[in-house]
Amino acid sequence: MPLQPVSRRHDRPAPACFSADITGHVLLNTLYERAVAKGVKIYPEWFVTSLCIEEGQCHGVVALDIRTGELIPVRAKATFFGTGGYGRVYQHSTNALINTGSGIGMAYAAGAPLKDMEFVQFHPTCLIGTSILMTEACRGEGGYLFNNQGERFMQRYVPTAMELAPRDIVSRCIQTEINEGRGFDHPLGKYIQLDLRHLGGKKIIERLPGIRNICIDFIGIDPIIEPIPIMPCQHYSMGGIDVDKRCASDIRGFYAGGECSCVSVHGGNRLGGNSLLDTIVFGKLAAQAIAEDLEGGGALPDEKPLLKLKDEVEQKLGRLATPGRGKAYRIQAELGTVLDEKVGIFRTRKEMEQALQKIAGLKEEYRNVGVSSTARHMNFELINALELEYMLEVAHTITLGALLREESRGAHFRTDFKTRNDRDWLKHTIAKIGPNGEPVISFKDVTITRYQPMERKY
Amino acid sequence: MIKANSYTFKILRYDAKEPERGPRFATYRIKVIPGLTVLAVLIRIRDEIDGTLSFRCSCRSAVCGSCAMVINGKIDLACRTQVAIFDTDTIILEPLPNFEVLRDLVVDLTPFWQMYEKIQPYLIRESPVPEKEILQSEAERGRIDQFVNCILCACCYGACPVLAREPDYIGPAAAAKLERFVLDSRDERSAGALDAVNDEKGVWACDTLFRCIDACPKDVRPTDAIVGLRKAMVKNRFQKMLGKTKDEA
Repeated sequence: MPLQPVSRRHDRPAPACFSADITGHVLLNTLYERAVAKGVKIYPEWFVTSLCIEEGQCHGVVALDIRTGELIPVRAKATFFGTGGYGRVYQHSTNALINTGSGIGMAYAAGAPLKDMEFVQFHPTCLIGTSILMTEACRGEGGYLFNNQGERFMQRYVPTAMELAPRDIVSRCIQTEINEGRGFDHPLGKYIQLDLRHLGGKKIIERLPGIRNICIDFIGIDPIIEPIPIMPCQHYSMGGIDVDKRCASDIRGFYAGGECSCVSVHGGNRLGGNSLLDTIVFGKLAAQAIAEDLEGGGALPDEKPLLKLKDEVEQKLGRLATPGRGKAYRIQAELGTVLDEKVGIFRTRKEMEQALQKIAGLKEEYRNVGVSSTARHMNFELINALELEYMLEVAHTITLGALLREESRGAHFRTDFKTRNDRDWLKHTIAKIGPNGEPVISFKDVTITRYQPMERKY
Repeated sequence: MIKANSYTFKILRYDAKEPERGPRFATYRIKVIPGLTVLAVLIRIRDEIDGTLSFRCSCRSAVCGSCAMVINGKIDLACRTQVAIFDTDTIILEPLPNFEVLRDLVVDLTPFWQMYEKIQPYLIRESPVPEKEILQSEAERGRIDQFVNCILCACCYGACPVLAREPDYIGPAAAAKLERFVLDSRDERSAGALDAVNDEKGVWACDTLFRCIDACPKDVRPTDAIVGLRKAMVKNRFQKMLGKTKDEA
């Protein structure tokens, strides 16, 4: 595809390639086109309900054909998850509505370890209401941030870089302004102004056409005439299914890549452009690893555990299809609020302990959830309810990891432990489901190769 | 303070698994604050009022193309349509035309994807695969720009008056996709690759009424593609008559 190198300097390799302001769209279409060209069999609108792991071996998945409502066990020698991040466990997220993290929660529930779940990136400039991303380019082109005093407040925090300071820092500055009463009020939430007006209509139309369209379509504001109301929102999940650089987990036959995985290329704070690296580079490495591992046949998956799992899912669907019980959306909304407020940009022990209690309560409430219709086909309320179970697990591991990590590193910021502590915390957290269904956290050393960790200074 | 206005949503309900119930409109009253989209309201209705309501959605930002439907008579994506833009407090939602309804606002897109696959929607190369990427100038990229923007939402397919009477017609989106590759400087498909759409069910079926252009949420102009493909076909035919192949021309 027509990807252009970002760097115009030829003395070093270009750090990233792009295709206008629709790189992801172009990658997605090219991938699908190649899949059609190769005759790859695709099962459209199948929802994987459970991952089948027994005695350290993955046997495949159980899936719900959304269109027919039929449950289907899928036996596989190799299973790869590319299920995306867990943004939607937060109330405010730039992610698509389907980025619930259910793939991650499913892997965890089946016994696969998760790594560094507490590292959650917040993007500073997201449209209020829909939380749609207002890209870095807005500030890159020269946009200003104003509080309700009409002050360009970044001057007080990072006078050298101003609005161009890194994502996590700008997010904390904006959140501080809002927390200290210098935000604007709107029924959709408190906000800060992202002002592009001084760039002039011509530049906005030429350089930020996508942003202007989004503002007009989604909030009814033309950034040529009015400032854009923005707030920081969850943006990227650094943590995920613990895999090595071949995208293999420690479960035989189970692999993961992209945002649902944690290869640890992002550390505690992903850099701009590197989400593409996660999908493109590691997607290919995973394919190579699977081909290698299957040479000579690979382990034969067993049908018995799959059929047993299918029966369990069948029972779960039966329980959920009992009308007149608790509503999944209500629990999801409460979960989102508690993560936003207590496991968000600023974190403290006290608040995270409250969050853990709340999550335990919501898990209890979940046992009582039911959907309105017993019909299983095209039943999106049912799918939401199935996903919620996994979202609760994901939220639990994020909160527990964040509570244990008594330091500030990358996107993880503790107001009670404001500095980085390499002596005690230069290590990964690993969350695994324990025998009683509660997460157990252990630690793993960080592999350091060419670059020594250094403190970030401005 | 911005205040909420009360709206009436009338949504066409139907379940292909219960055809005996027939299609019917369900009415929901809901308070909407300015800034809310039709999709946001649909989600609220499903969550808070009626969990049996079926509709597709994913990105909620006009890039995934899942939530195409008819909104007060106009085909658009529910996620990018503000409730407050209409001069009425009644919003009527219907499934995308030219498709079989599966359940409520969910239609069966199988024919759309069949047409997409029919035109070989991928880069075709005859030359050996190079070590690195195949470079393209900005001008060459510019020629395919608008067609690359297509999000395959099927708004154009639903809006097409030809498809309403001729379900075997290739449709605007597939034609736009084909033109995207025909115009691509790196694509080496033969002139014969156009044969699949060189008939009365292919690009010649189009009435050039421009409804597809009107319906596209991404400013793609499928009619440009259809006209371009027709020209290419005529040119190919003349060259064939003169005994030349595409490669020599």
